[in-house]
Amino acid sequence: MLSGSILPLILAVMLAPLMQAVITRTKSVMAGRVGQPLLQPYWDLLKLLRKGAVYSNTTTWIFQMGPAVGLASVILAMALVPFGGLSAPFAFSGDFVLIAYLMGLGRFFTVLAALDTGSSFEGMGASREVTFSALAEPALFLGLAALARQTGLLSLSPVLAAISTVTWMHAAPILSLTLAGLIIVFLAENARIPVDDPTTHLELTMIHEVMVLDHSGPDFAMIQYGAALKMWLFAAIIIGVAAPWHLGNRLIDLGAALGAMLVLGIAAGIIESSMARLRLLRVPQLLLVAIVLSALALAL
Amino acid sequence: MTALLISLLLFGTGAAGSLIFANRGRWPTFIGAGSVIVGSLFGIVPALRVALGAPPQSLRIAWDVPYGSLYFRLDALSAFFLLPIFLICALAALYGAQYLEAYRGRKALAPPWFFLNVLTASMVVVVLAHNAILFLTAWETMALSSFFLVTFEDEKESTRQAGWTYLVASHIGTAFLLVLFVLLSKANGSMDFDRFSASAGAGLLFVLALIGFGTKAGFVPLHVWLPEAHPAAPSHVSAVMSAVMIKTGIYGLLRILTFLGPPQAWWGWTLCAIGLTSGVLGVLLALAQHDLKRLLAYHSVENIGIIALGLGVGMVGLSAGAPFIAIAGFAGALLHVLNHALFKGLLFFGAGNVAHGTHTREIDRMGGLLRRMPGTGATFLIGAAAISGLPPLNGFISEFLIYLASFKGAVSLGASGNVPMLAALSGLALIGGLAAACFAKAFGIVFLGHPRTEDAEGAHEAGLAMLAPGFILAAGCIAIGLFGSAVVRSMAPLISTVTGLSLIPVGQNLAEASNSVARVGYFGAVLIGLATLLSLARRIALSPRRVATAETWGCGYASPSPRMQYTGASFAQPLTEIFAAFLQTHQSFTGLEEFFPQAAEFHTHTDDPYQSYVFRPLFRGISRGMTYLRPLQQGKVQLYVLYIAITLLALLLWQIS
Repeated sequence: MLSGSILPLILAVMLAPLMQAVITRTKSVMAGRVGQPLLQPYWDLLKLLRKGAVYSNTTTWIFQMGPAVGLASVILAMALVPFGGLSAPFAFSGDFVLIAYLMGLGRFFTVLAALDTGSSFEGMGASREVTFSALAEPALFLGLAALARQTGLLSLSPVLAAISTVTWMHAAPILSLTLAGLIIVFLAENARIPVDDPTTHLELTMIHEVMVLDHSGPDFAMIQYGAALKMWLFAAIIIGVAAPWHLGNRLIDLGAALGAMLVLGIAAGIIESSMARLRLLRVPQLLLVAIVLSALALAL
Repeated sequence: MTALLISLLLFGTGAAGSLIFANRGRWPTFIGAGSVIVGSLFGIVPALRVALGAPPQSLRIAWDVPYGSLYFRLDALSAFFLLPIFLICALAALYGAQYLEAYRGRKALAPPWFFLNVLTASMVVVVLAHNAILFLTAWETMALSSFFLVTFEDEKESTRQAGWTYLVASHIGTAFLLVLFVLLSKANGSMDFDRFSASAGAGLLFVLALIGFGTKAGFVPLHVWLPEAHPAAPSHVSAVMSAVMIKTGIYGLLRILTFLGPPQAWWGWTLCAIGLTSGVLGVLLALAQHDLKRLLAYHSVENIGIIALGLGVGMVGLSAGAPFIAIAGFAGALLHVLNHALFKGLLFFGAGNVAHGTHTREIDRMGGLLRRMPGTGATFLIGAAAISGLPPLNGFISEFLIYLASFKGAVSLGASGNVPMLAALSGLALIGGLAAACFAKAFGIVFLGHPRTEDAEGAHEAGLAMLAPGFILAAGCIAIGLFGSAVVRSMAPLISTVTGLSLIPVGQNLAEASNSVARVGYFGAVLIGLATLLSLARRIALSPRRVATAETWGCGYASPSPRMQYTGASFAQPLTEIFAAFLQTHQSFTGLEEFFPQAAEFHTHTDDPYQSYVFRPLFRGISRGMTYLRPLQQGKVQLYVLYIAITLLALLLWQIS
């Protein structure tokens, strides 16, 4: 049944919040501040888990179900993603379709939970979320198809295992185009600048964060943790393409992959510190760029 | 076959009985609904047996019609389409028995029961017919009986208009079919399907079938009747039409393909292109709708697009000699036929409950219905997730197969076969995202939040007979979502019939595809388990803590009113704005003109671009052209006798020369 190592899943479950901390810390350093401790996201989660909750009297069971479904679907998607030369716990033909649609399921329930509150702010966030994800999805699929075509394989673990420094030598243009598309999808799906600003103080300008305004306590912990896992998931795919070092030694490979995740986190932090959020009307154009980049990678 | 004849006989008896006892209060309902249900139960047994691999059966009775014979044949393809027909019609009869009660006293209830029986019987005969005359007779009966069902509320101008559009579209389609069958029968001079041969011009025959059957199926741009007719019909009829009747178009196309020999690559390309346009345009137009049933009708166009994409991918694979792509593509498309019947039936029943409970179909006048209609809401949610192609439900399984086929094609086919595969991939991804957005709107605005109007405030749950069909179909959606691999494996005889490949390689390729589907099923089961576990964990974490209820956080605004909630129109606005080039959304805005503006109004409505820019001008042109023939019609008998004489003379001269 198990077709790979369980380690990628364990690493993700344990280290995902750390990646967010790295981004936050990078932003602090760039802004000349000391920044919060790297373990702060973990403390935040623990604290949320120990809190009570306030529910809007408009909401129904959908609102309470949303975070659980969201977290469950991203954990399951994670079970299909390889890391650092280790195959994912499960792999089968077409598994990346399941990954994308599991994320879709999580999003669907987050959106419904937002609409369940009856708040116009959350409705607005939900509307923007579905808009941008509808455009991010083709970009993601075209990117994955480009990788599949490059390697001739139909499952994420073997695809990423087949990409090596040698592949980069003879297919650098294709891989870099794919990578660029995937990075845009990564930023959009994880609600980062330039698509969304997770730390803004104004509800009107938010996308993802405004959808979860009404969640509190353990529900909010599940949402935050799910978001961290989702970021780890996309990051793991990206570094699987960008840093395909397979030296044979498991420890070195894993260390290199973790190092690459660190670099990606710092890079995301630098992007966030050095540019502003795009105007909402511009975001579709950015996602269109991602679609074109991935399509180009396929056409080459 | 005997069981199928008994079921046809029952439908006939039910039709006659409901008319004979029309004046006896509830008798027509009992007879009409009962005959559909019992007849379907009789019929579903042999259909299931043949679909699962029993040998095909046929029956031939002489018929006094020239070229015609009562030639029935039940093979894997017919059997597969019979299953949803019997299931949905039986559930629709159960549903209708309660739904139509609301019209008692205002409308005669015997005719809809008569026509529902006739419609069911004619659909059964359409998929069983093995003779073109029999097929066309049943096809026409199907069109007419559904026309009379659509125009049930004929006191409404919009309903009459919708019925008229449907009737015209239907007959234009049938005209192409007539030509098609004549051409097919030319070689052997027989209208029996097994003596058809496509000796000349298989490409032309394919195009004729595509237009003729595509009109029924609702391929863009032939779909224009669909968003008119489906909302106008009573909800149980909408369910039957949308879930199974339009699929007879897909059935016809597949049946014709079996006569045409190995498909050419461009057929696959054409179907991919049609699938892509139907899928994307269908879902975009659905997003822009304000009427719940109209929204669902446009989603039928979208799902027919997905089916066409699967067929197209399969055909490209078949013509390229790549069995896995062909088999996975066809399996995905055919499974989607079944899946769409399940969730679209469910959604139309749900929409009927909503319309019944709130007396409106306007999405933006609803809200908060989940509290008032818990059963309808829960099943509608399952249908919404299933139609959006989300795991762990059935819609994902069929889309997954099409994805699998097109990924395989993108990887293994050369530059020639690659383009349709990539179009299918990115198209499916876009359609999936947009469909999820659309159903987040449909479910979220209708069932969640505060009621926006008094209608929604006073909504009430439907009765048991209107709820049960939804629950049965929801269970089906979950079952195929979890145990899809068994279904996929059992489709071998069907796929073999459709593709013309022999049973053993089909079985092997299906087994390979079903391996992945089985994993998807495990993941679905684990997903349900894990989500339940997390919900429990959450409850345990909360149990010692203080759990309070309060108003929704209004970002500081103290007294929000239900009317301030996001509406469906505003929810969809960013997407309709992005795709404005494909949608002709009309906006009208009044008010906010003086310093102290009083009332303001904002309206949007989105017409079907093909209706307003293609068909309406076309038909206007035709009717203008027809006015030139007016002088011929003088109303004088002498003149008409002259016409007859001239015609006879002309024929005579033609015969002599």
